[in-house]
Amino acid sequence: MKILVVDDEQDVKILFEQRFRKEIKNKEIEFVFAFSGEEALIYLNQNNHEAVLILSDINMPGMSGLDLLGKIKEKYHAPPPLVMMITAYGDKENYDTAMQLGADDFLTKPVEFSLLKEKLKAIQ
Amino acid sequence: MSTNERTSFLEMEVDRLTKELSLKNREIDVEITLEKIRVKALDMRSSSELKETSTILFQQLKELKINAIRTGIGIFDDENNAIELWITSVSDDGRLFFILDYINVQVHPVFENIVEARESLQPFVLTILEGANQFQYYKTMSTFIDILSWKENMASEFFYSFFFSAGTINVVANKELTSEETDIMIRLASVFGLMYTRFLDLKKSEEQAVLINEEKKILELTLENLKVTQKQLIQSEKMASLGELTAGIAHEIQNPLNFVNNFSEVNKELLTEMNEELDKGNYADVKAIAKDVIENEEKINHHGKRADAIVKGMLLHSRRSTGVKEATDINALCDEYLRLSYHGLRAKDKSFNANFETNFDSNIGKVNVVAQDIGRVILNLFTNAFYVVDEKKKKKSHPAGYEPTVSIHTQKNAENITISISDNGNGMPEEIKDKIFQPFFTTKPTGKGTGLGLSLSFDIVKAHNGTLTVSSSEGIGTTFTIKLPNPKS
Repeated sequence: MKILVVDDEQDVKILFEQRFRKEIKNKEIEFVFAFSGEEALIYLNQNNHEAVLILSDINMPGMSGLDLLGKIKEKYHAPPPLVMMITAYGDKENYDTAMQLGADDFLTKPVEFSLLKEKLKAIQ
Repeated sequence: MSTNERTSFLEMEVDRLTKELSLKNREIDVEITLEKIRVKALDMRSSSELKETSTILFQQLKELKINAIRTGIGIFDDENNAIELWITSVSDDGRLFFILDYINVQVHPVFENIVEARESLQPFVLTILEGANQFQYYKTMSTFIDILSWKENMASEFFYSFFFSAGTINVVANKELTSEETDIMIRLASVFGLMYTRFLDLKKSEEQAVLINEEKKILELTLENLKVTQKQLIQSEKMASLGELTAGIAHEIQNPLNFVNNFSEVNKELLTEMNEELDKGNYADVKAIAKDVIENEEKINHHGKRADAIVKGMLLHSRRSTGVKEATDINALCDEYLRLSYHGLRAKDKSFNANFETNFDSNIGKVNVVAQDIGRVILNLFTNAFYVVDEKKKKKSHPAGYEPTVSIHTQKNAENITISISDNGNGMPEEIKDKIFQPFFTTKPTGKGTGLGLSLSFDIVKAHNGTLTVSSSEGIGTTFTIKLPNPKS
């Protein structure tokens, strides 16, 4: 399973790579990283349908995670990748907007990796 | 002509000249009296001085051998149909005394006579007090004022009132005044009238002066209140900007803390794994894991420091400025406040978003500034910049594909350290550009801005011997530039 992680914090890459070292080693999960919404869209355009799951931060400078979510769900129709939103602001407004835009799940920071792993297993 | 005839002629001539001289002397005495009254009246500063004027009048009439039992000044109060009476008299033992009262004209015919005569524009009026009339006068007056009491077989009294515009000069005598004496009194009343008019004007201007003085005091008080309010506003501006920061600070601390927690958890896993590999004797793997652990520890340390710097910055911002200049990493300061203001706005308004671009001159190094103060300036400029790009984005009229963007650029040259903060908002017209550094000027809606941010920023930069300038093109954007002197130049 290929997962695209979108976050403006560069260290998220190292964190995910280490948290999922076993899964990566066993080739269960493959991660690609984008550090902004714009970068994520470029990746998706160039690598059509490769990413099955997108984990996106909401609060990013420039294109926000919600903008990105809207664009993905609008553009990639059949079948669009699953999009999980991850945000530091787990308020109702953010949640409702994300759900309205078609988010498949909604996690709040700090991410509980054990929970995330369970969710990923369920998808696989 | 015989000697007798000549002598007689000379005697007549001497007699004539003596009379003439006596007349001249009399005229001089009258003039002196008039002058004294004029001087006194000229000198009057308040109504209460009418008392002295009345006494001088009494004495002067004595000098002129006009025998008065009482003299006084009456001032008309038309509105209340009354007369304000300032009376000087002499007591039985020859002592001068003074009385003042406020008398309705209806209390006695003498006053009604005065008012009537005034209306018919006569120069003076005479009322003779005798018999029942006199008795009535004393009886009535004694209920008002401490006047001499009525005596049996009292001589008739001639109550003269000589008019001037605002009142009368009263002379009460035991016999009729001669025509020469009434002439003198008419002149006196006219002189006094002129002076009294002048006095009224003076009083009016003095009342106005008192009023002006009161207004001045009120204004001074208002100014004082304004100064206090201004101080409070400056403080509240500081607190408001801190409030803007709080949410940003929370976000900016949460992120590194998440990393600290996550990396330490990862390290725990890694060390468990490392133990397993040690047991198996897979030293190559152990080494690889140890390398990761070290890297993660560095990350933990890095993010810990990041949170630390933010807390320190926040404390610095909320603390009263020490005013002490310290070597400060300008780029780091700018970066910190850029993030704080961005995340602060973000946290307050979910729909807010903007790009930010940084272009830091790594050669700047540390510059001696009051970090809290310059931080405040930078924060203020960022907050304004984000505000305008967000406003533009929210308006339907923005051009297609508009990307709200705020950028910061730092540069060092031989003379200056330059910090430029630019936005691609709507810019501002010249007339607004001229006013933005004025205190309390704001284009933000009421309650959104104190109007002090830029004015304070201007003062802070000035206190650093620097300049804060603005350039703006309507529809394109605005750039604020802080220039600080390069200490090495």
